[in-house]
Parts: sequence; C-alpha cells; structure tokens
Amino acid sequence: MKKAITVAGLHKSFGRTHALAGLDLAVEAGEVHGFLGPNGAGKSTTIRILLGLLRADSGGAQLLGKDPWKDAVELHRRLAYVPGDVELWPGLTGGEAIDLLAKLRGGLDRRRRDELIERFDLDPVKKGRAYSKGNRQKVAIVAALASDAELLLLDEPTAGLDPLMEVVFQDVILQAKAAGKTVLLSSHILAQVEKLCDRVSIVRRGRTVQSGTLGEMRHLTRTTVEAETERPATGLDAMPGVHGLRVTDRRVNFAVDGAHLDAAIRRLGEFGIRSLTSHPPTLEELMLRHYGDELASGGRTGKNDPASSGAADTLDAAAPSTGGKGGVAR
Amino acid sequence: MTGTVAPLDVSGTSATTRTASVAFTGTGTLVRFGLRRDRVRMSVWLLALTLGTLATAAEYKALYATPEERAAAVGSMDSPAALAMTGPRHYLSDYTAGAMLGHQLLGFMAVLVGLMSVLIVTRHTRDEEETGRAELVRSTVVGHHAQLASALLLAAVANLALALLLALGLTAMGIDGIGPGGALLYGFTHAAIGLVFAGTAAVTAQITAHTRGASGMALAAIGVAYVLRASGDVGNDALSWLSPIGWIQRTYVFVDDRWWPLALCLGLAALTAAYGFVLSTRRDVGAGLRAARLGRRTASDALTRPFGFALRLHRGTLLGFGAGLCLMGVMYGSILGEAADMVKDVEQVQEALARIGGSTVAESFATMVMVVVAVVAAVYVVMAALRPRAEESAGRAEPLLATGLSRNRWLGSHVAVALAGGTALLVLAGLGFGLAGAASAGDGGLVLDLVGAAVAYAPALWVTVGVAVLLFGWFPRAGALAWIVPVYAFLVGYLGPILQLPDWMKNLSPFGHVPQLPAAGMDWPPLLALTAVAAGLILLGLMGFRRRDLETK
Repeated sequence: MKKAITVAGLHKSFGRTHALAGLDLAVEAGEVHGFLGPNGAGKSTTIRILLGLLRADSGGAQLLGKDPWKDAVELHRRLAYVPGDVELWPGLTGGEAIDLLAKLRGGLDRRRRDELIERFDLDPVKKGRAYSKGNRQKVAIVAALASDAELLLLDEPTAGLDPLMEVVFQDVILQAKAAGKTVLLSSHILAQVEKLCDRVSIVRRGRTVQSGTLGEMRHLTRTTVEAETERPATGLDAMPGVHGLRVTDRRVNFAVDGAHLDAAIRRLGEFGIRSLTSHPPTLEELMLRHYGDELASGGRTGKNDPASSGAADTLDAAAPSTGGKGGVAR
Repeated sequence: MTGTVAPLDVSGTSATTRTASVAFTGTGTLVRFGLRRDRVRMSVWLLALTLGTLATAAEYKALYATPEERAAAVGSMDSPAALAMTGPRHYLSDYTAGAMLGHQLLGFMAVLVGLMSVLIVTRHTRDEEETGRAELVRSTVVGHHAQLASALLLAAVANLALALLLALGLTAMGIDGIGPGGALLYGFTHAAIGLVFAGTAAVTAQITAHTRGASGMALAAIGVAYVLRASGDVGNDALSWLSPIGWIQRTYVFVDDRWWPLALCLGLAALTAAYGFVLSTRRDVGAGLRAARLGRRTASDALTRPFGFALRLHRGTLLGFGAGLCLMGVMYGSILGEAADMVKDVEQVQEALARIGGSTVAESFATMVMVVVAVVAAVYVVMAALRPRAEESAGRAEPLLATGLSRNRWLGSHVAVALAGGTALLVLAGLGFGLAGAASAGDGGLVLDLVGAAVAYAPALWVTVGVAVLLFGWFPRAGALAWIVPVYAFLVGYLGPILQLPDWMKNLSPFGHVPQLPAAGMDWPPLLALTAVAAGLILLGLMGFRRRDLETK
C-alpha cells in the first residue's frame, strides 16, 4: 500500500522543552490511524509539523509524497484539519465560518455541508462567541468533512462533544474511510480508537513507543488467564512468559505473554480444565503498560528524559505489576 | 480568593442593608487581588505620567527663565492653532512655569489619565467576563456588584496615587510659580478627570459584550471631550463647559487656583458610576445590554476571499475611527473661519507664524490639525497591522493557515486593509475638515487643499504599518513595540514646538518627514522615500513570517 504519511526521527524543541525526540510515524493510504498518548506527548506538535505550521528541527516528514513545509499550500488543498481546541471569530456565524474554511480549502459540497449540519444538530446562524466548546468543535468537524479532502488530520476532534454526537462522529469517519480517505486520529477516547482505527501508534515523550494493528499489539502483550482445574496445577511458575502466578487450591490466576499463551494453556489442560476465562489486553492496558511507571511514580516528573525511556521500546520490558492489570481486567 | 469573606450575619442586620452589602461582598478581596495583578502595569503608568510631568516642568524652568522669554511664550501661544492644542487663553495672563503646565500640559495629560482609567476599568470588568474568568470568580462568595465596584476602586487608587505623586514631586522641585497649594490642586485635577472617565468606562462596559468595544466607546468619549474643549478654547467658551477636560482646565491652576470645577467632575463621575451599577443589573454575566443577534446561515462570496474576510474583521474598528476622524475634522473645520478672525496683535502673531512657517493663521492652524489627524490615523493603522498577531495568539490563524490560504496571502490581506484603511481615514478627516473649513472660511478651494494635506501623511502611515509587519514577521512577541511610532510622533509633534526639540528628534519619526501642508509647499522626494521604506519593511516582514513557526496555543 502507498504511504500517506511518513515521519522519521522527527525532532522539535521549544526553548528548553523537547516536544519531539525522534518521533516515527507511518500511515498507509486509506487507513484510519490512531495516534495515542497523554497530554504533552507531542501529538499536536507532530500534526502541526505535518500541516507546515511548525518547522521541524530535524528528521524527515512526508505527506502524500510532498514536503509539509515547502508544499504546504498545495497539500492543504488535499487535506482537512480539525484542531482539538477550536477558536472561532466572535462576529462570524458558524455557517459563515464553515463556508470560509471549506472554500479556502478549495471547495465546498453544499449538499454535504447541509447534511452534516443536520446530523450534528448544529445551529449555523449563531455568532461564534455564542457557541459552547462542543458546538465550536462541530463547526470545525463540519468544515473539514464538507470539502472533499483525501486526508483528514484530526487532533482530538471530539473533545467536548456529547455521547450522541460521538456516535455520529464515528459513523461519519467510517463513511470517510469507506470512501477511501486516510485519517490520522489523535484521541484520548480509547473506545473510539478501538472502534475506528486499523492501526495505532502510541507516543510517549516525543517518540513512538509502539505501532501496529490492535491484533498485533495484543499478541505481543499479556493475556490474563483465570482457570479452575480438577487437580491443583503445578509447574506453571517454571514456564517462560508466565507472570504473577497465584494458585489457591484448584483456582489458578496468571498473566502470560502472547507468544507463550499456547504452551501455558496446554500445560493447564494436563490438570483437567473445569472453567477457563481469559481476557485479551484492552487498549487501556496497552496504554498503561507504557505509562504505568509514570502513574506509579506519581505523574510525569520530567527528569526522565526521552533517551532513558527508550527501554519501553522493547515489548518485554518490565511491565506494571499484574495486580494492577488484573484489576483492570476483572 | 474570597477566603477572607466572613459568612453573613443574618440575625443582626435589616433586610435592606443586607441585600445592599451582600451585593458588594468580596469587593475588598478583589481590590487587593487587582492591585496584585496590576502592580507592574499600574506602577509603569504612574511613573511615566509623573516623570513626564516633572521633566516638562523642568524644561519650562530652563526654557522660560526670564520675564522676556515668558512674554515671548505668551506671544507664540496666543494663536488659534496653539490654543486649540493647549487650553484656555486666561492662563496667558500670568504665564509662569506653573501656568504653562496648566495651559499646555493639562489637556494632554487628561487624555492619558483618562486612557489609564478606562483601561483599568474595562480590564477588570468586561475583559474578565469576556475571557470567562468572571464566571469562576462570581461562582464564589462574591456579590454581583463586587467586580464593578472593585474595578472603580482600583481606578480610584491609581488616580489618587497619581495626584499625590504629582503634588509631592512638583512641590519638591521648588520651581518659581509652582507653589505647594497649586501643586496639590494640579495633582487632583488629574485624579478628578481620571475618575470621570473611569465612570464612563463603567457605563460602556455594560453596553457591549466586548472589551475592545467597551474601551473604544469610552475612548471616543475622551476624544469628544477633547475636541469640545479645543473648539471652545478657540471659539465659543460654552463648548468648553460641556467638556470635563474643559472643567479641569478652568481651575486655572497656578493662576487662580479654583477648586470648585473639580466638584463638577466628582459629580459626573458619581452619576456615571451609579448608572453603570444600575445598567449591570439589567443584564446577564458575560452578556451586553444589546442582545446577541443571529447572523447569516451561509457566507457571502466576498467573505470567503482573503481580502473580504480581513476587511470583515477590521470593519468595526475602521468604521469607528472613520466616524471619529470625520467628526474631528468637521469640528476643527468649523472653527477655521473664527481662527482667521482671531488675529489681534498682528505683530506677535506674525512672529509666531514665522516659527511654524505658515503663511496665514488659518494655514498654520490647519497644519497643526493635520498632525493630530495623522497621529489618530496612525493609532488605527497600528491596531490594524497588529491584528494578525491577535488572531495568531487567539488560535484563529491556525485553522485558516491549514487551508489552501498561503501565509503571504493571509498576512498580505490584513496589511492591505491596514494600508488602504489608513489612507481612507486620512481622506475622510481631510474631507470633513475641508468641507466644514470651506463653509466657515467662505473659501471653496480649501476642500481640495485640505484633503491633499491630509493624504500627504499616507506614506508615513504606510511606514508605520511596515514597522508593525516587520515586528510581526520576525519578533511576534515584540509586536506591541509598534506603538512607539504613533506615541513618538505625537510627543514630537505635540510637545516638540513647545519644548523646542532639536530637528534630529523630529526626523526620527516618519511623520517628521512629511511636508507641512498647507502651510509649507509640496515636497515629493521624502514622500517617495517613505513609500519605498514602507514597501521594504512590509516585504521583510512577510519574509520573516514565511520562515517562522506559527505560535499555537
């Protein structure tokens, strides 16, 4: 498949803050790509570099085969952008702002615009200053989708939207995907990402720590297993890839790395399985795996520079205690 | 923030006093908080105003040490042009250094003190509401009048501090003609006019939902007060009595030392402030008295083009300045005829005119008016040229520049509006001045002359735009430095002749190179040079903007 976005080793500093420390990102044409990470991880900075609003200090970025800084205007005709914090002109109505943004982008499908306004239940005759945060967000979403862009850059687009509108948004994005558009979706809403995205990239402190399909990621991470056997299970603690084993009489409880799941279940079978439940890791657990240490140490200290967090790149690096994971899985 | 507010004692107070005091609950805390927020801003204002006054007083002492020099000063001041720029003629009867302060500096300082007071009040009322911070504050134990009351008290604190600083400073200088009694009155004239315009701002802050609108209306009131007194001091004295600036000038400080005109100011300040409180009860937090109107469902064709869009953003400011400048032109124009008749002592007037370089009284008067018109237009031009910066900081440039709109076209459209808008303002002011002047002087040929004289300042305005664009392109955070251009032009143009500043200081300002029409003849080369400089600055600014990061929230 053709790459819609290629980013390699991107660096960007603002004064003493290193927003990006060698970020990589690859988005295939036609896919919906989730872009995950906590506030301050560098997601917005990356998107603004892709838009040519910021200039990278070093590293390469290509958008639809072009340079986002040099070919900004040409690229902007082919893409649409929704910022996470939409500011509107206080004296312009929402309808005027939609038309302005869509026409400056190069074209407006009026039928599509009216349909989207209807679906998002937006009042287009109110002035910008009268809109709530959610409604400002809707204005930007409608403006982005009302023009025929082949690439959508969405930076936490649904912040402030109510759950009903969230459903409409997901539906509209799936439509865009079906129409062959590429979407880069930065989000905090994991359910949204699980539903919409083909592949995800997780960023932390300015670099990508994991990238792939959700299936791949699940395979590479631990599955929680709870079982009841006819005879007390033994020997599991000696098996590779098994963590946090607890055996109480006939009940057994452990987490196992994806690669060793098969062997562990076979071993269990030898003791006669009466009941078996297993949870694949949720996206939340995948995220916690990369950020659990920050939670444990009471938040981001900032002392931990990106270089030392490189250890997280290896998937078998020390994971948070299974107790914490088990809590999520139950 | 409101931790010090004690819970209400329900048992001890009557119902009416309770509601009244509840409405002001938290005022004291907000005043202290405001002083903390404004400690640097307010100190700078007070220091600048005080030091400016003391430095001017010292200049007067040095320049007009002998009775002969003072007599010469009287001679140069006794012309319509000079009186329109300064104050009533009565000061000339005993023209000591103190009288010069009251005559030449007081009217000018009244505008600045008014500006300070208006900005304090709108900053702590409407700006708080517009940004949404007021909502947070009002959700705590704070009465619904507390924010306006605390803003007015802050303005009062600043004005009283200024009065005392001026009184102490001037007394300490021990200059002949500046006694302690006069110095005290001189200080309190400033406090009185400051309170008047603080009260005005308390009203305008209720009317519109926008800080800029609220400040703009109050500043327009200052402008009207200034133009009224200027017209009154040259022509019909009654006009000056309609203006609070006229009132404080009629204390005849250091000449007669009358305190009673200050009572008029205090009365007006109290009335307007009370009206502000009444109006504030008729609206919701965050809203203006005028209800928000609904607008168009779709954008017009013009709006979706960069220039049309920029024009729409600038429309309000441009219309406001256009109306103001046109009115100012008409008012000055209507006294142009009287100005020509005012010549009493021919010999002295000729002498004064020789210094300005004009050929007739009316022409030298017109030349002075042009300086003021050009400076006001420059204020607009700086506001307009800094608009892209405001859009960028507010996060509204980001979505536009993520469309097919290039940086050049986006910035260029704002610059084009600033260039064309500034020029249009000059034409309007020139037309108003010319038409009214032609009518009052009975000379139809004046219309074209005066429009031409005004438009001659266009290249200097363009250079001002260029300075702002250059700063925006390369040092966006220092954009506000562009204000130095109109402020410097005003100081040199206004105080220059009075303080006899050297030529090189005048030449530092782009406005100093504009031919002094209609008193002097037309001179093309400096105008062409200014235009070229403006073009260069703008191109450099565009280049810088293309190369830098957009500042995002």
